[in-house]
Amino acid sequence: MARTSRVSLPVIWLALLLALCLQVMPLAEGWQIYRPDWLGLMLIYGCMRAPERVGVLHGFVLGILLDLIQGGPLGQSALVLSLLAFLCALVYSRFRTYSLVQQAVLVLVLLGLVQLGEQWMRTLWGDFSIHLAFLLPALVSALLWPWLATLLRIIETRTGAK
Amino acid sequence: MLCGGLLIKPLFSHGYLPGYRLFFCVLAASALMFADQHFSRMETLRAQLSTVVAPIQWVVSVPSDLLSWGTVALSEQQELMDENRRLREKMLTLSHRGQRMASLQAENAELRNVLNAAQKRDIPYITAELISLDNDPFSHRMVVDRGRRNGAYVGQPVIDAFGLAGQITSVSAYSSRVLLLADASHALPVQLNRNGLRFIVQGAGRYGKVKVLHVPDTADIRKGDLLTTSGLAGRFPEGYPVARVTEVFHDPGRPFARVTARPLAQLERSRHFLLLFPPPRKTEADSPWGDSLAINGAALGSAQRIAAALSSPDAARMP
Repeated sequence: MARTSRVSLPVIWLALLLALCLQVMPLAEGWQIYRPDWLGLMLIYGCMRAPERVGVLHGFVLGILLDLIQGGPLGQSALVLSLLAFLCALVYSRFRTYSLVQQAVLVLVLLGLVQLGEQWMRTLWGDFSIHLAFLLPALVSALLWPWLATLLRIIETRTGAK
Repeated sequence: MLCGGLLIKPLFSHGYLPGYRLFFCVLAASALMFADQHFSRMETLRAQLSTVVAPIQWVVSVPSDLLSWGTVALSEQQELMDENRRLREKMLTLSHRGQRMASLQAENAELRNVLNAAQKRDIPYITAELISLDNDPFSHRMVVDRGRRNGAYVGQPVIDAFGLAGQITSVSAYSSRVLLLADASHALPVQLNRNGLRFIVQGAGRYGKVKVLHVPDTADIRKGDLLTTSGLAGRFPEGYPVARVTEVFHDPGRPFARVTARPLAQLERSRHFLLLFPPPRKTEADSPWGDSLAINGAALGSAQRIAAALSSPDAARMP
């Protein structure tokens, strides 16, 4: 267990806030649909690396922050991200034994599921039609996962070695 | 060793806890969403919470600010001089117009005096700069850098250099969110500049297009007509340009003509906006923006009096 508890809470929060900044960074109009779900990715990484520290409540608080910045219905992203953290808590022990490619597929499934939930909630709040394009961020995120996971692991070991 | 730790830990401390936490979070999020939709008091809570995320919004806007600063710092001197010259010329034309404006205003005031109509009042304003556009590809909103501390309020009209841009929908301490008139959920009353016909303009969910609703097939509306705010409903001041009609299509199978227009405000390009304030009222009964509503109110009052007089039996007997 020494391996997982080495990551301290401030560092995790810093990384999550950085991901939040990336998530709300302005992008050109046509590119927004291809934006990887940075916050979701970082939350998955946190949940997998330090499951005893990062959990549902982290997802909830970050979701509230995201809703405040984006101006959507308060609580929508909070619900989605806490669901994501919960799913991560369910599968994390299996997730760790997977190879990077298998992990990427699982990330696709996890993010796709929560995005579907988000689309359902949008249809509840008003006239809004579900389009399959909502899976694009999940797909881009899954493609990005092996690189991101490797990079974060390297950063972790470097800073841990010092 | 590692495996043992991993197996035992989830069994005893994470087997059931995340479920309870999820239940709690889902409950809290649902309650928040419900309250957000149904209670207007949530606006103030939201405004206060928004102050927490202000640093993040500021951090996010830094790269684009740096970029725009960099383009100015690195652009060629010739370009800057050209731009400077253009701006000077524009300033000259505008100041020329401004001089004539003063005499026209005086003349207008005099004529209104002669006609015994109320004076038009100047409309105060503050400038605001764009902080960010909404990331949501399905809505058209933006955040500007003026908030409650600067006097901004919910429902305040926002214009840019070319026309009406939208209105403020939520206010936090140092920034506020503007609903653009291109958003599908935004509608406002307008008037044809040419003949004073009144319509409703609704956003179409795209930047370059708005819809004019419920136009009768016989209405005198043509391509190129200018739509200005009518001042009805009291939210927007009267007479600001809104959109120019781009297409009038008469479909015999439909009760109304299909009319589309193009917003005059450069919703995609402008960075600088003006937030308008209602001028200080002279009396309590004054309408917030000007005299047009007061006149309408007076007309309505007299119409009601006439109707009452006609319907009452006593009035009928009177000579």
